[in-house]
Amino acid sequence: MIDLLIPAIISCIVAFLVVFVMTPPLIKILEKRNFAVKDMNKKEDVMVVRPGGPAIITGIIASEIVLYAFLQMNEILAIVITTTAAFLIGYVDDRKVMGGWFKPVALAIAAIPIIALGAYDSDLAFPLFGTVQIPALYFALIIFMIPITGNTINSIDVLNGVASGFMVIASFSLSICLFIVQNYEIAIVSLPLGFVSLAFYKYHKIPSKIFPGDSGALTLGAMYGSIAIVGGVEIIAAVALLPAVINSFLFLSSVKRIVEHREIKGKPVDHTEDFRLKATNDRKAPVTLVRLILAGGPMTEKQVGFAIFKLAIFSGVLAIITAFMMGVTL
Amino acid sequence: MKSGLFGFLFAMWALIIVGGGIIVTLLGPISISGFGDLDWFIASVIKAVIAIVLVVIWILILSKLKNFIFKKEINL
Repeated sequence: MIDLLIPAIISCIVAFLVVFVMTPPLIKILEKRNFAVKDMNKKEDVMVVRPGGPAIITGIIASEIVLYAFLQMNEILAIVITTTAAFLIGYVDDRKVMGGWFKPVALAIAAIPIIALGAYDSDLAFPLFGTVQIPALYFALIIFMIPITGNTINSIDVLNGVASGFMVIASFSLSICLFIVQNYEIAIVSLPLGFVSLAFYKYHKIPSKIFPGDSGALTLGAMYGSIAIVGGVEIIAAVALLPAVINSFLFLSSVKRIVEHREIKGKPVDHTEDFRLKATNDRKAPVTLVRLILAGGPMTEKQVGFAIFKLAIFSGVLAIITAFMMGVTL
Repeated sequence: MKSGLFGFLFAMWALIIVGGGIIVTLLGPISISGFGDLDWFIASVIKAVIAIVLVVIWILILSKLKNFIFKKEINL
């Protein structure tokens, strides 16, 4: 445990600094190339550059290379390859308009390195009840997990700072859980995700200077899913991600098919005269987490963001309780 | 509203714990013999089918729960 301290500290510093230092020049480059979109939740015509994915993936690769130099684990390679593939898929989607099925299918293929490198344990661990061996089913779980976590984080990227702030809470909760279940090596491998998200949050928080784009959101989500699989904490990871899972669940159960957000008819959220967010009465519009939060009345973008963070902290606490329950068998 | 969301989160968590218990109890003891090298494959297929059925039931329960907790909000 003590011998892991130095690689852990170095990789966390590298993860944070690379994103922190690289994002401002990336913003300037994107501004020059006019890669900007309108921030729909601002009264004035505010343009925000995207995607921030290149800074995020550079921070992840740099920090994981540091860890690989110390630990030489196949699990690190699997996480880096899958996460990089997810970044590339997101980057293609940032540049070209792809169909609704492109990301789920491509992300499923991105999960193959985890299987190829054997960086998983096919026993699925449940709290209180122990483990169950499901070798064949577990392959399907790996293939489904990366598209689910990737798209789940992407779908919550709707307000300034929400995706990166949510990932800070969820990934640090997951790291704490990995320490609790005494999977120290993967816990340390997971720490850079939290520090990369934290550094990016500095520029993504309200008012955003940069958006992560699909490349950034899919990178964060795919790395989270990869850590869950290689760390054998799939159930705990799902619990820590519950607010984002609820968002996807509400969206899919109201739309009843996999579609891109731009294909949706009807607005779930609108603005008041003072440009606070309010839920619409549009029956064609999907039910989303933000729409449910706003059902109590109009709120500012910042207030909605903090409401989502409170839900993330609540599910983070539930994940930690779940991790403690892993050590107890009925 | 917010308490409804926290309640829904807690209900989802409880369903995950209970669902996990059912999966371990039902799927854990399943083993097939008499088919040689296919034993492992047949057992896996049976486990997969049961797991998928359980997940579908889990989603249906969650859907009913969602409609119950957010009855007013969903019919905005």
